[in-house]
Amino acid sequence: MADVTASDAALRRFLHGLPGVDAVGLEGRAAMLGTRSIKTTAKAYAIDLAISMIDLTTLEGADTPGKVRALCAKGVHPDPADRTTPRVAAICVYPDMVKTAKEALSGAGSPPVHVASVATAFPAGRASLQVKLADTADAVAAGADEVDMVIDRGAFLSGRYMQVFEEIKAVKQTCGRADGTSAHLKVIFENGELATYDNIRRCSWLAMLAGADFIKTSTGKVAVNATPPNTLLMLEAVRDFRAATGVQVGVKPAGGIRTTKDAIKYLVMVNETLGEEWLSPQWFRFGASSLLNDLLMQRQKLSSGRYSGPDYVTVD
Amino acid sequence: MSDAKSERLSVFKTYKLFFGGKFPRSESGRVYEVADAKGKWLANAPLASRKDARDAVVAARKAFAGWSGATAYNRGQILYRIAEMLEGRREQFAREVADAEGLSRAKAAAVVDATIDRWVWYAGWTDKIGQIAGAANPVAGPYFNLSTPEPTGVVAVLAPQESSFLGLVSVLAPVIATGNTAVVIASERAPLPALSLAEVLATSDLPAGVVNILSGKAAEIGPHLAAHQDVNAIDLTGAGASQTAKELEIAATGNLKRVLRPQPVDWAADPGTERLLAFLETKTVWHPIGV
Repeated sequence: MADVTASDAALRRFLHGLPGVDAVGLEGRAAMLGTRSIKTTAKAYAIDLAISMIDLTTLEGADTPGKVRALCAKGVHPDPADRTTPRVAAICVYPDMVKTAKEALSGAGSPPVHVASVATAFPAGRASLQVKLADTADAVAAGADEVDMVIDRGAFLSGRYMQVFEEIKAVKQTCGRADGTSAHLKVIFENGELATYDNIRRCSWLAMLAGADFIKTSTGKVAVNATPPNTLLMLEAVRDFRAATGVQVGVKPAGGIRTTKDAIKYLVMVNETLGEEWLSPQWFRFGASSLLNDLLMQRQKLSSGRYSGPDYVTVD
Repeated sequence: MSDAKSERLSVFKTYKLFFGGKFPRSESGRVYEVADAKGKWLANAPLASRKDARDAVVAARKAFAGWSGATAYNRGQILYRIAEMLEGRREQFAREVADAEGLSRAKAAAVVDATIDRWVWYAGWTDKIGQIAGAANPVAGPYFNLSTPEPTGVVAVLAPQESSFLGLVSVLAPVIATGNTAVVIASERAPLPALSLAEVLATSDLPAGVVNILSGKAAEIGPHLAAHQDVNAIDLTGAGASQTAKELEIAATGNLKRVLRPQPVDWAADPGTERLLAFLETKTVWHPIGV
């Protein structure tokens, strides 16, 4: 596949040569996969799996070190009354909070809860490349295990694919640490701004060709975030990319997933599209904040038989 | 055809549940047959499931902050408005109550009038309950010490089985008058007046979710509401003196719900303030006297 990124023209030819998306079929399939009924032991498994896949997120202008520390404590022990509850996968914060999060998680033991940092002028991505790279380097230096970058939607929508490609490559390079290891790179598309399913498919391939470890639906800051159809489309791109190159890439839907029911629908889609190999926090994540509370309430309901309520989970 | 008498096809009403300000069918898709006092079929009513009850509690919890935070005056105005709307539907309710309870038209009309009067009576209490349940307490120090009643939260109400309208309003109105939100299980045998009351509530400026009405089997839904961790109190009136009432009371201990035990009530008599005071918590504030 190396030749498709050899030049601007080749890349454009490749991306525009991808088959068009059958929107009706895509939405129909996503809706159909959402009708599965997952109950009892399967539900208990799905809830624990979903908790372990959460990137517990706080991305507010009003974030304080105290709030980040509280979130870290919650990520390690989501339900303090039930220590069998699994940990979340990561805590997702702004770059300046990485140090605080890292310190708060330092004595947490295993399995480790990672620190993910958004970078590259999140959420708009409207800054020069130097600023974006400095932002990334800053997060990595502070100890971020994972970096969530946003692509330049303006460049993508005006057809400057090579610029987006080079930018992702440069950020990927900046994710490298002195000891030769590298922070995991998640590439955020902001599907709500890409306007068409065809664009989402092209963007998925573009990001994977540029070396993304994960592709992520959205920032959670615009009206349309992760939806079952646009996530299914990305899952299919990931499947096809592995068939073509042998490289496995993860997927992270983010924003708007608030209930256990929604989360389980996504897990069904992953299993049906990609198979069990992807059913692990290493390859699939949920970017969410309020989802965790609903999962915990459902977990309490399953273990006690009584409906739980928001009084029994923390407010964050 | 020309000499055939033109007969209008009857239009049957689909009775539905009421929660979160909407009129959904039961999530389970079930209905049951409701008959009048003589056993003649009247309509199909939805047979609510535990999941409907769960959704109703979520709606009631969502509405609680707004309703309990509204001024007592505002709540009173809305309750008056409900009474006004009921007044305009007297005929319909008289018919439904007559069918449900086997009363003559005249007696049913009297029951409906008494019911509307009861709404008005409770509407008047919203901004007065603080005066009888609260106090400025004398304390040995330079402090104002004020106790004020606050609503308990989400209250599950098992409406009385026999008195399908007057009884229902007599248990529902005091719960919401003081700022609680309610999930009501209507009389199992005669749920139609309750389901029609929902149509009045939906058009009376009452915020969505303050009152949620389910029809079905109290024995099926009751245990889930009694054990629900997000329900703060339960009125067991409709459970009667049965074993069920005791079991529900035991289930309610899980989160220390307030429980109003069933007792024999004459619904036509002056209700007094007992039900208003049943679902209130007392908040006491110490405030230093300046100077």
